[in-house]
Amino acid sequence: MLDNLSLFVQYPPLAADVILNGLLIGSIFALAAYGMALVWGVLNIVNVVQGELVVLGGYVTFLAVQAGLPPLLGLPLSAAVMFCLGWLIYRAVIFRVVDKDIFISILATFGLSILFQQLANALFGSDVRTVDAGLGSLHLLDGTVTLSHVKLLAFVLALGAGGALWLFLRHARLGQAIRATAQNPRAARILGIDTNRVYAMTYALNGALCGAAGSLAVMAWTIHPYVGLPYTVRSFMVVVVAGVGNVAGVVAAGLGLGALENVAGFVFGVEFQIAFVFALMVVILVWRNAMAARKRSYLE
Amino acid sequence: MSRITDWHIMGALALAGIAGPLLLPGLATQIAFLWLMVVFALTWDMLGGRMGYNSFGNIVFFGIGCYAAAVVQRDAGLPYFEGLALGLLVGAAAAVLAAIVFGAAMLGIRGHYFAIGTLGLGIAAGEIAAGWDYVGAGSGMALPLYPGELGSRELFFCYSLFALAALCFLVFRWLYGTRFGLALNAIRDDHDKADAMGLRTTPIKIFAWSLSAFFLALSGGLAANMIGFIDPRDVAFAGATFGVWMVLMAILGGKGTLWGPVLGAFVFHITQELFWTYLLGWQRVALGLLIVVIVVFFPQGIMGWWAARRARAVS
Repeated sequence: MLDNLSLFVQYPPLAADVILNGLLIGSIFALAAYGMALVWGVLNIVNVVQGELVVLGGYVTFLAVQAGLPPLLGLPLSAAVMFCLGWLIYRAVIFRVVDKDIFISILATFGLSILFQQLANALFGSDVRTVDAGLGSLHLLDGTVTLSHVKLLAFVLALGAGGALWLFLRHARLGQAIRATAQNPRAARILGIDTNRVYAMTYALNGALCGAAGSLAVMAWTIHPYVGLPYTVRSFMVVVVAGVGNVAGVVAAGLGLGALENVAGFVFGVEFQIAFVFALMVVILVWRNAMAARKRSYLE
Repeated sequence: MSRITDWHIMGALALAGIAGPLLLPGLATQIAFLWLMVVFALTWDMLGGRMGYNSFGNIVFFGIGCYAAAVVQRDAGLPYFEGLALGLLVGAAAAVLAAIVFGAAMLGIRGHYFAIGTLGLGIAAGEIAAGWDYVGAGSGMALPLYPGELGSRELFFCYSLFALAALCFLVFRWLYGTRFGLALNAIRDDHDKADAMGLRTTPIKIFAWSLSAFFLALSGGLAANMIGFIDPRDVAFAGATFGVWMVLMAILGGKGTLWGPVLGAFVFHITQELFWTYLLGWQRVALGLLIVVIVVFFPQGIMGWWAARRARAVS
């Protein structure tokens, strides 16, 4: 473990490679986290099925490439398919739990998460899947730092989607309706906003973001049916750290998490990377709670 | 008119628990699993139903019980039953210690943060066990063979788990009638008011979790020996099966009621034994669907539905 750490000091380009690759992978986390922040902020639901939507998005691209489509076309296709699936999930389940106790919505989405995870396992098998986007890589520092172009694309796309989302929420008619509903659903209804439709569109938009993230994940990394929950937890963590209504914060936290995770995977060994993700979340929640308690004791 | 009281039901269950495995020796293992499910549902309900802290990570304590028993039985060099007893004790102590540490850190977290945090706890524990060579890493651990004669093994674990489930039920039943039970409900109904009334909420919460952990660890040690093998993700820290079933059974029966978790465990386990094999590999898909359906359409559970029906009949 310490040997791995000292490698970083002895050979800084290796550290640059691990950290940069992590940062770029983090842009996928940021994409999924936008969606979670949207659903959390607007529907007041912690969407535990988030990671499964990412994985299903990945499978859409995988199947599209198997059917002979170019990989880059898989990206918009995944987003579109997952947009529809998100809308369907809202119509079937989510609208029944929107105004219920928070625990009911967590359990319902948790049930959905098991459902999709096991469906993916039954339909596509438990193999680890990946797609070669055929875009090549960027080599820096005499080839010690290798960044695949897909990861760079993910990075650009995550920033672009963040900016687009910010503009959409600020200026588009539907975006304004979404923000109004998030602030006060009752008042929004009185002012003639069809909040049910806003909820459905928000959830569908979340699906599209997850679909894009999943498509990038299968091209830049790998997916398999059981990798969903880590994505849920990553998105959750990013939103907890950044705050619900903070697009720039989500990007920063997502990239930071990606880098941290890659470094941890390198230092502790890849077999502990998932354990690190989950343990980190527990630590963040405990830390957040301790800070809140300190603030409370100042006030007293 | 003589009313059916708790004591009648308990008597009938005790009779069934003692006579069942003797009359149906072929089903002894299934009956043993049924008592295990009862322990799962009861211990989950203490936090989830009574105290309003919905934990997805209680499986951690079960897993600690499994691994503690396995490690003690491997390394202590004792005969089987002494090793098992010591393993159970060590497991229970380790789980209670873990509950105190995790509880002190996490029980201040409320609502969905607690739910997702405990979910992380359960999965992190499984992943760590799967990477730790001392406990066999990903290939798990085998437990020593039961030394008794053929057929006595099933009966032994069936009766031990029955005794554990009965003890757990009686202790919880007694506790829910005391001030401690009322304090749990007060924490669930309004945490801030409970604080303001002068309840020492943090020690109460930690005690409740430790008690759950104690029974879960004992059940873990016994279950590990009954199954004979522990896999880090599929037996000990089996979040996707045991961990979810705990929640589902308590809700199905009616959370926060005395008999709800027991009833939920019976209904769930019997349904599972009868129909699960016909689903041919789609069981886990069905489990996900079942959770969604129960949570969305039937959140009050069987006991809640029964109470509502009775209330309607009276009015």
